Amino acid sequence: MVSEASGAEGRRARTVDVLVVGAGPAGLTAAAHLAVAGCGTVEVLEREPHAGGAPRHCHHGGFGTPWTTGPRYAARRLHAATDAGAAVRTSVTVTGLPAPRTVDVTGPDGLERITARALVLATGARERPRAARLVPGTRPAGIYTTGELQQAVHLYGQHIGRRAVVVGAEPVAYAALDTLRRAGVTVVAQLTDLDRPQVPPLRAADARLRHAVPLLTRTTVAEVLGRGRLTGVRLLHADGRTVQLPCDTLVFTGDFVPEPELARAAGLCLDRATRGPLVDPGFRTDVPGVFAVGNVLHAVETATTAAAEGRTAAAAVRRLLAHEGEPPADPGPRLLVAPPLRWITPGRLSHAKDATAATRFLVRSSVPLPVRSGAALTVTQDGRTLHTELLKGPLRTGNSFALYGHWLTVAEPEGGPVRLALEGLPGPRR
Amino acid sequence: MRAPTAEGRVTRYGPLPGPAASDAPYEGLYDAPYEAPNHAPNHAPNHAPYDAPYEGPYDVAVVGAGVVGAAIARELARHPNLRVALVEASGDVGDGTSKANTAILHTGFDATPGTLEARLVREGHRLLNAYAAECGIPVEPVGALLVAWDADQLAALPGLAAKAARNGYDAARLVDADALYAREPHLGPGALGALAVPDESVICPFTTPLAYATQAVRAGVDLHLNSPVQNITRADGGHTLHTARGPLHARWLVNAAGLHADAVDRMLGRAAFTVTPRRGQLIVFDKPARDVVRHILLPVPTALGKGVLVAPTVFGNVLLGPTAEDLDDKSATHSTEQGLTALRAQGARILPALLEEEVTTVYAGLRAATEEDDYRIEARPEQHCVTVGGIRSTGLTASLALAAHVTGLLAEAGLDLGPRAELPPVRMPNLGERSPRPYQDAARIAEDPDYGRIVCHCERVTLGEIRDALASTVPPAGLDGLRRRTRARAGRCQGFHCGALLRDVLDGELSRQEGPRQEGPRQEESRQEGPRQEGTGHEEESRPW
Repeated sequence: MVSEASGAEGRRARTVDVLVVGAGPAGLTAAAHLAVAGCGTVEVLEREPHAGGAPRHCHHGGFGTPWTTGPRYAARRLHAATDAGAAVRTSVTVTGLPAPRTVDVTGPDGLERITARALVLATGARERPRAARLVPGTRPAGIYTTGELQQAVHLYGQHIGRRAVVVGAEPVAYAALDTLRRAGVTVVAQLTDLDRPQVPPLRAADARLRHAVPLLTRTTVAEVLGRGRLTGVRLLHADGRTVQLPCDTLVFTGDFVPEPELARAAGLCLDRATRGPLVDPGFRTDVPGVFAVGNVLHAVETATTAAAEGRTAAAAVRRLLAHEGEPPADPGPRLLVAPPLRWITPGRLSHAKDATAATRFLVRSSVPLPVRSGAALTVTQDGRTLHTELLKGPLRTGNSFALYGHWLTVAEPEGGPVRLALEGLPGPRR
Repeated sequence: MRAPTAEGRVTRYGPLPGPAASDAPYEGLYDAPYEAPNHAPNHAPNHAPYDAPYEGPYDVAVVGAGVVGAAIARELARHPNLRVALVEASGDVGDGTSKANTAILHTGFDATPGTLEARLVREGHRLLNAYAAECGIPVEPVGALLVAWDADQLAALPGLAAKAARNGYDAARLVDADALYAREPHLGPGALGALAVPDESVICPFTTPLAYATQAVRAGVDLHLNSPVQNITRADGGHTLHTARGPLHARWLVNAAGLHADAVDRMLGRAAFTVTPRRGQLIVFDKPARDVVRHILLPVPTALGKGVLVAPTVFGNVLLGPTAEDLDDKSATHSTEQGLTALRAQGARILPALLEEEVTTVYAGLRAATEEDDYRIEARPEQHCVTVGGIRSTGLTASLALAAHVTGLLAEAGLDLGPRAELPPVRMPNLGERSPRPYQDAARIAEDPDYGRIVCHCERVTLGEIRDALASTVPPAGLDGLRRRTRARAGRCQGFHCGALLRDVLDGELSRQEGPRQEGPRQEESRQEGPRQEGTGHEEESRPW
């Protein structure tokens, strides 16, 4: 299937059947399922020197099972893909998309222009750094995001510092606490602008009581201090109190955003709420033959969620390859959420037959809600209620809740947008 | 007298023992002496012990290796009989005001006619344009629009056009509102008209002083970094500069200390002016923002203040700023919440679409304002010195003209320059988006696969470029210097993806330059390669590049 030709600017032009960009859990899983199904040449491009994605530097359990660590999980996903026959190439970067399913690639072997029958974008997400959060102050060394910290400690064994302040109280912040502890750094404080941690109570209590990390709620970093090296932070409480805390390390955690650079370059329709590509339950974007899976759609969900999406998307890619030449179906109705809900993904229904009662939509709220809050989720279309369900678990800002597609059979495929809203919210808190 | 072909030395001294950061508010907090930051310059190439004596005596010492000091050193380097030292307090070239400006190559259309600044900016614009083309310094001639948002500003535009003409610039044209919106479709509502200044350009502010310093050092100038001048005494027929590292002797002195020019002048027994730091905070927006602005959008200066500008950068980002805050602290290069909020409010009016894009970085610089609205350049032949003070935001543009002017003053004052030779040309690595970068160059990658290994993904910086920077004439001391030379870690993720890897490359490369080290075989690209297992992260053979 691979044809060699010399293209413009010294680029080798090639074609493959399926090209996956990003060798994280979503991309590798999609590639594994496609290669196993005999979809011809399946190639995965990874810009990092190693495949595996973010789990490579998450040295904690909870990847599928409580005792499976990130690196182990990443290795399994990689071996599944390579064993199935997918080609996983590392240190290879997609630098542009001259046509919808054609990518320009730079790697140590030179420049290539690869055209695929199906393109799967699985470019993942990253945390927003200090600058994007507009935290004022100086620009000293010693400021990290969790991702950079984990790579520095787990992949390179670098020296970090002695006294750290951690910003955030979502699960990723607790992973940062573990990494700092392993690097021998004392965490002097953890802070969050919310009024409670966004993890299960046991996890929060463990950090606070067993590891003696004080959690300062309703607190933000007002100023970064120090020249050359960080010397401290000025903290601001919601009631106006400020305090200076000496530290040499500051870790900003959470506040994930998708890496949509390629999606933008491909001219895909983006969802303003998730800031990732807009997809249907088969993970098709609005450009025929281009799919998007994993945390580029939703920053961020677990590796197992991303892998499950890779599997679902693989089925849709197979259908596309089997029925190539047929005109693409019209896009289905949009799914829209009302505040305090932040987003839903997939964000659009489709006419394809891949949306079933088992289809899982992920919904994210911008405010936390306690267990048994009495709030109910309603799904309506053109004023008609399709579905109502009582929210059982607590809502946390760093996690989504799942909405299953039982109601899809009663939705009108030619109708207007499907709207989600929360009703019966508890009154405003003190 | 040195041999005309000898290359100068770059000395970068190790950190002083004991607590390094004198401005650390929490001294005594740590039970042991404060450790130098991970990337302190203590294992930089050519590093000397902190008490190593300077060579010399020199004919001329230039104090301050900002864009102006480096340009003067380069100009003096044309004279092979002169022994020149460039003395810098910080660990890098262009590390003060020069690294935190608006990166505009001005035409000087709005300078006060008849001033020295007006003349030097006009000449400097022409000289630097030519020099940039010769050295590969990125320049984009995007042109500027002075946008009038109210009747007063609109009424001021013809006067500004007339002033431009008095400054010898005739290409400025008035543009009505319709034509303005045709040129800048994303401009916020309410603009009434503009003055178009087609020759205003944007330039790389980091490559420029580096190019000067590189050329100067290659032509024999000694660059002494980490050498803050603490006092100056007169010695027979010259000066002794007492630095934190020891004395340095020079017959002539050029004071190009920027923010600290008044302090250096006082060491010379003069108090002609006071430098008041004027802080400018700037916000840099991510590359997609480049699509919403085509020109430099300048404010119309009025009695109420100067306002802020929106400008594309040669790197493909968009700048918003600067603020103008008169301070008395010459180290106050921090951003403030009020400053950022005010900038965003003004940006939202000028270009609403800009605010929807991600912020890549925020920085603040201090302009060296003095009591007068002009450069303060003064030669004192009896004292064997020239002071170059009050160089404000136009210093980058004027730098080459300033250097020629100062060299002329030195000669008039009695310094025998000797014969003049052409400098060997330099070619700087391209950081601009308008010309091809190494990752797009098939021939270069075929020669060295490291140019195909992108390590900083946001800015597409390859391992080959990192290696080149570390092996360059004026190498970086740490990650910040590396960023200014390569753009690595300057993008939207600010090191989320590449920070740890870059630190690893930097540490490996710098310690290799310190002494030979067993180097494991470089890992081949592998399709079967598994993710690294726990515990293997430190071993040489598992280096990821």
